[in-house]
Amino acid sequence: MSANDAGEQHITAVSGTGVPIPGDDVDTDQILPAKFMKEVTFDNMADYLFYDARRDDDGAFNDHPLNRFEGASIAVVNSNFGCGSSREHAPQAMMRWGIDGVVGESYAEIFRDNCKSLGIPAVTTDHATVVDLQEWIETNPDGEVDIDVEAETVTYGGETIDVDVDDAMREALVDGIWDTTALMYSNRSKVDATVDGLPYVEGDD
Amino acid sequence: MSRGTLYDKVWDRHKVTELPNGQDQLFVGLHLVHEVTSPQAFGMLRERDLDVAYPDRTFATTDHIAPTEPEKRERPLADDQAEEMLSALERNTSESGITFFGFESGKQGITHVVAPELGLSQPGMTVACGDSHTATHGAFGSIGVGIGTSQIRDVLATGCIAADKQKVRRINVEGELGEGVYAKDVIMKIIQELGVDGGVGHVYEYGGPAIEALDMEGRLAVCNMSIEGGARAGYINPDETTYEYLRGREYVPAGDAFEERKAYWESVASDADAEYDDVVTVDADGIDPLVTWGINPGQVIEVSEPVPHPDEFEARTDREAAERALDHMEIEAGQSMLGYDVDVAFLGTCTNGRLSDFEEAATVLEGETVADDVRALAVPGSETVRQRCEDRGIDEVFINAGFQWRRAGCSMCLAMNDDALEGDEVCASSSNRNFVGRQGSKDGRTVLMNPAMVAAAAVEGAVADAREYLDDGPTDGVGGVEEVAD
Repeated sequence: MSANDAGEQHITAVSGTGVPIPGDDVDTDQILPAKFMKEVTFDNMADYLFYDARRDDDGAFNDHPLNRFEGASIAVVNSNFGCGSSREHAPQAMMRWGIDGVVGESYAEIFRDNCKSLGIPAVTTDHATVVDLQEWIETNPDGEVDIDVEAETVTYGGETIDVDVDDAMREALVDGIWDTTALMYSNRSKVDATVDGLPYVEGDD
Repeated sequence: MSRGTLYDKVWDRHKVTELPNGQDQLFVGLHLVHEVTSPQAFGMLRERDLDVAYPDRTFATTDHIAPTEPEKRERPLADDQAEEMLSALERNTSESGITFFGFESGKQGITHVVAPELGLSQPGMTVACGDSHTATHGAFGSIGVGIGTSQIRDVLATGCIAADKQKVRRINVEGELGEGVYAKDVIMKIIQELGVDGGVGHVYEYGGPAIEALDMEGRLAVCNMSIEGGARAGYINPDETTYEYLRGREYVPAGDAFEERKAYWESVASDADAEYDDVVTVDADGIDPLVTWGINPGQVIEVSEPVPHPDEFEARTDREAAERALDHMEIEAGQSMLGYDVDVAFLGTCTNGRLSDFEEAATVLEGETVADDVRALAVPGSETVRQRCEDRGIDEVFINAGFQWRRAGCSMCLAMNDDALEGDEVCASSSNRNFVGRQGSKDGRTVLMNPAMVAAAAVEGAVADAREYLDDGPTDGVGGVEEVAD
């Protein structure tokens, strides 16, 4: 029995063209509307990413950035991105659509945790820097954006800027230990000791 | 760094070890599972040939996709996708030895309603669920966190989550609530003051006289909406109100064992000299009921206040958000929310789907009739709540007024079943989120409010001040009807 069949995968850097997704407090109901969560796998989630926001009332694609920046790998977002529901369907949909990394002002905590679980670096920087990058992508849709997780930098258009990567996320991605199931599975005897000290857990565990 | 708080104590009791990535491995004492976020996690377990580590600490029910019309609960469900999710949950729980509260059990309902009423949620526990409203269980003095599906896999396989310890913000809620003002109004006031992302990086400890005076159901409503303020967890220190609520519940030990367990519960409460990372005070004295006017739970006003003008907000991003909100809600700055047309009234959810919520709404509805053009849904948070309402004849009050009396589920909070807004309908809702599209229609409009306000909105067909319907309120000793400010 192995808790880890994903294998160790070190994520030190991700790169590709960018897609700006502007707006504060973009919630997971917008990213992945609940009506599309009635599937027992994540396989089709890319089809539902920002489903309502990307469409006009008649169902045709509008000028939403995801329609204009097809093939992008780096999403650039503003503050409190991914707030609301805990649904991993949201970052799963982004990942399956093609997003390998996110640059933003800030993230809701569960969303950031979910990104870490999926090996998607979600890095942060200040408002002005994010807006600069979003505007640069608008005028350079084919331009490359590189996120260096280890060095905590983002490079685009010949410029390199410092960004912040949450310590646990950086360690996990760079050291290839973001599969927490395998990590924690190896500590079973320590878990037993912790459980023994809890008065509300019956002794048969 | 905080010290001596309930959060610190519970964290320390459940910490297994520090992981190489710097996070702590925490044991999860209660894992709640539902049909929408778990099937993928069980699938991941099967791929790795792993078993559920602590089936006795894991409990499941079905809520998100549950049909609420009695005739639609016949199996197989008419909705193929819903049937597949429900069947998968039945199979996964039965194969793993996890207790499942299905339709036939009489205990089915929303996870965050079911676990408290069965006595599963207790002080000093860590609680995790693939649902962001898991902070609800903090009402007992536990640490409840919402988790994603990969983390559900972690908990199923190891009984643990990898977590970063947060800062602790103490929120002292001062004052006394007037007649017709409830816990829901308190938490909306807190979010109004601290913002929808004010709690990011923090756990909220709610305290002070206005919190201590709440009964357990009120405390559950407050902690429930912690995530709407950006705090992944929120809790209230356990006290006699907590212990008396728990006494006699199905999963709570009785007799001497109760006293032993209580000693543990008492031991985890924050010390009198506990240190917090941050302390704030919110004055709830004499507040009016609150209603949202926008598209996030922080865009909220006391019902007597005018809808704010975007220029009133300092930050450019708040101004832009206000403009988007006014546009979506089709409302003008300076207008009152009183009189805002309502098409649908929805009472229920993990925030306000408990017995006292239906009692409060029934007080308003007694002898009244739902407006002709309003569709009104009463959806108990659990089958236990439904039964208790029916035992008291509360269902009759709703039915006589013109409400549809439904079975338990999440229903129109997020519209994963057949209960959804259509077009740009406006919903007076006792739920927790007014995000665009949340209630099933991208043009739908949600106005969050307390249960009594939902009932008043149903009767008037417009947002109204429910206090005008209260002869003498559902709580004792508060006095008569307050002067209503218009």
